Amino acid sequence: MSFPGTYVLRRLLIALPSLLGISVVLFTVLALAPGDPFGELVSNPNIPAEVAANLRLKFGMDDPVAVRYLRWLAAMLHGDWGFSFASRIDVSDLIMQRLPTTIQVIGSSQLLALLIALPVGIYAATRPYSLFDQVAGTLTFIGFSLPTFFTGLLLILVFSIELDWLPFVYRSDIAASGWRFYWEHVKQAIMPVAVLGLFQAASWTRYVRSAALDVIKLDYVTTARSKGLRERTVILKHVVRNALIPVVTLVALQLPSIFGGAIVTEQIFRVPGIGSLLISAILANDTPVIMAVTFVLSCLVIAFNLAADILYGWLDPRISLR
Amino acid sequence: MNEQELRGLIEAVREGKVTRRDFIGTLLSFGVAAPIAGQLLLHAGIAQAQPTSGYKATKRGGGGALKVLWWQGATLLNPHFAVGTKDQDGSRIFYEPLAGWDNDGNLIPVLATEIPTPDNGGVSKDGKTIIWKLKKDVQWHDGKPFTSADVVFNWEYASDPATAAVTIGSYKDVKVQAVDAYTVRVEYAKASPFWADPFVGVRGMIIPKHLFDAYRGAKSREAPNNLKPVGTGPYKFVDFTPGDMVRGQINTNYHQPNRPFFDTIEMKGGGDAVSAARAVLQTGEFDYAWNLQVEDEILVRLETGGKGRVNIISGGDIEFIQFNFTDPWTEVDGERSSIKTKHPTLTDPVVREAMSLLVDRASIQQFIYGRTGIATANFINNPERYRSKNNKFEFNVDKAIQLLENAGWKQGADGVRTKDGKKLKFVYQTSVNQPRQKTQAIVKQAAQKAGIELELKAVTASVFFSSDVANPDTYTKLYCDMQMYTTTMTQPDPETFMNQYVSWEFATKANKWQGRNSTRWQNDEYDKAFRAAEVELDPVKRTALFIRMNDLVVQDRAIIAVVARPRPRASNLKLKFAESGWDSDFWALQDWYREA
Repeated sequence: MSFPGTYVLRRLLIALPSLLGISVVLFTVLALAPGDPFGELVSNPNIPAEVAANLRLKFGMDDPVAVRYLRWLAAMLHGDWGFSFASRIDVSDLIMQRLPTTIQVIGSSQLLALLIALPVGIYAATRPYSLFDQVAGTLTFIGFSLPTFFTGLLLILVFSIELDWLPFVYRSDIAASGWRFYWEHVKQAIMPVAVLGLFQAASWTRYVRSAALDVIKLDYVTTARSKGLRERTVILKHVVRNALIPVVTLVALQLPSIFGGAIVTEQIFRVPGIGSLLISAILANDTPVIMAVTFVLSCLVIAFNLAADILYGWLDPRISLR
Repeated sequence: MNEQELRGLIEAVREGKVTRRDFIGTLLSFGVAAPIAGQLLLHAGIAQAQPTSGYKATKRGGGGALKVLWWQGATLLNPHFAVGTKDQDGSRIFYEPLAGWDNDGNLIPVLATEIPTPDNGGVSKDGKTIIWKLKKDVQWHDGKPFTSADVVFNWEYASDPATAAVTIGSYKDVKVQAVDAYTVRVEYAKASPFWADPFVGVRGMIIPKHLFDAYRGAKSREAPNNLKPVGTGPYKFVDFTPGDMVRGQINTNYHQPNRPFFDTIEMKGGGDAVSAARAVLQTGEFDYAWNLQVEDEILVRLETGGKGRVNIISGGDIEFIQFNFTDPWTEVDGERSSIKTKHPTLTDPVVREAMSLLVDRASIQQFIYGRTGIATANFINNPERYRSKNNKFEFNVDKAIQLLENAGWKQGADGVRTKDGKKLKFVYQTSVNQPRQKTQAIVKQAAQKAGIELELKAVTASVFFSSDVANPDTYTKLYCDMQMYTTTMTQPDPETFMNQYVSWEFATKANKWQGRNSTRWQNDEYDKAFRAAEVELDPVKRTALFIRMNDLVVQDRAIIAVVARPRPRASNLKLKFAESGWDSDFWALQDWYREA
């Protein structure tokens, strides 16, 4: 397969207007939404009305929406993500502070999900309707039926409150050094990673199983078997490789969430990630932060969509990208 | 209580017949906030009780880590930009004011050597000049000395409108001068009975001149130290993640001996109030948790965990019902609830009296708020044991019916009372908040029995409390007959608290509904009393005026006080701290310690 240069270029060109459209919609919705970042100032009798008026002027909030949008767009093109009203620092600084934790926690949960979903899904597919398959099927069904806020609270109740084994408040700064530092980090990450990872694993397991089942029935697998290849080789070399194609796209599309964080889980365990930044920005009506996070997230979704399509063509040369 | 009685009482304190505590308690029962009562004594030349901090640790440090949980994390650490208490508390770890308020309303010196009084020459006769004397042994965390230049700088910095400091209100009308390196003179434009506002409490924290001098006015947001505080407080800055974590370590040069006790402090933010309470009360992961807006039932259950306790800290906040004295259903000059109109039925005092009898405050406290909302009749409120005996509340449906019958409000076929073709049908709004919706239901039920129909309305908090001029559902507009919310007493002095009922504060279209009187209640005696109190230098007379104002608004039923809202905090059983309802949670952080 040759590198689909023109294809990528064309897709990028299509992506541009959609990004622009997304930003217009986001910006307008946020501008129209009720709430005022300086509302607390206005309702506080000890703060003269001029202070809020002054701040609005300083941040250019009294200009028409269109003017504000163009100004935001120009700044964004220069790589300036805006200035947080609530913290009075650059939004990019805020995001950079939160990014490592988000990547650690969400990244390891996705990894955990893969480590569970792949072996379980494939093993279940090789022995469909066996006891293992039935048990795994039931568990995955329970797994993705239970929302994360429920499993999160359940784990807290069991492991923090009843057993007192794990802390349920996540701290990104741990005042310890050496192996204790790592141990504390692992200890506090166990529950949030487990909650997110198991939830994701449950749905991925079902995908892997059905993808593998589809492939296993194909003629070339029977051919491989009749050649006298060991079952292990048949599964790993011939089945898995093809079965993984849809799974890879699925995983690729899931990757932007590593940036976006997991709002609910982060809130429950107080993980200082992008998700909790987003929710506190929403509560404080800190529009530049909301705008930056949501917009970067939509950029990533589009980018990973494209990446998934390209990857798809590379994994399965029968699919041509034109 | 009149002026004469007050003077007698003050004399009794002077002669030692009455304790300070009893004096303050007595005044509280007449609706005088504790800080005012404290100031009365101060003005009369009766020395403050030597503040007993209760600090028992005998050496500095060695206390390990202090871990506190704020379910909304601090977002910035410059006290002049601190909007909410979370930011003020985060800043207060590192910065200190000249003086703070303790829970009894006493002014306690922090960076000042003593509290200015007329006796020590700190307060001038005309009430226009205050002299602060500063401690001489205070160092900033970077080793530079703290002097009067820093204090003067804070005034210049905060009063400059270009800085856009939220503390500007406390500084813009005063002039501050350095007399010498350790003496500061604050001059007020007019006689100021309540002078303890600039440099005091949450809006009085002092930032260092040598680090912020270059960042005045419009450049204020560029100051690197906005995020890296260098103060005089008991803990030095380590690091800060906005909305998540503030960390500090012991200041070994702290200006008070043997303090602080803890080696480090961690202020973690985020999450929700229930799990914050859990982390202190049940698992003991944290030592202290802030502002537990949780149903008391849950707090009681968590307390059985045995690791911590719930501290109910009394303050001035009150949940109350406001009546609209203007007509919200008629538009005049493009404005509803216009002051040119009169409410068709609520202007009848009998109707308001009946409504007051129909609010079952005792049940609201018992079944909804528990320890976190104390039933009350007064607008100015304080701890339960100090509750006024002047204004009583009563729940009596029969009496309400009787009153309405006698006044000619007759029940129609639909059960709703009518007089002259006007029906007793009201729209009763509040913000979306479970306890409030429960309260609404309780009031509605009682009103129905008495033949008053209430239509309940709940508005999302972000709209209800916003200043959005275009939105009809904000609380300042009051485009309905009655509403309920909590008004906070952010300042220990009732002057700004009581301006909610003066006629020049009407919320109107002309002032974009920024006026604070949204009931549009008008009373000439109240207006006069307020004007008089603003300039009344004699604290005794001034106090009598505030008492009168409280009684006027309560007895005319312009409002119905429902429950006083003390601040619930959770703390570890071993943690000892001085609480205050009039200042930051950290107002005496240097005195926090853990019992062995």
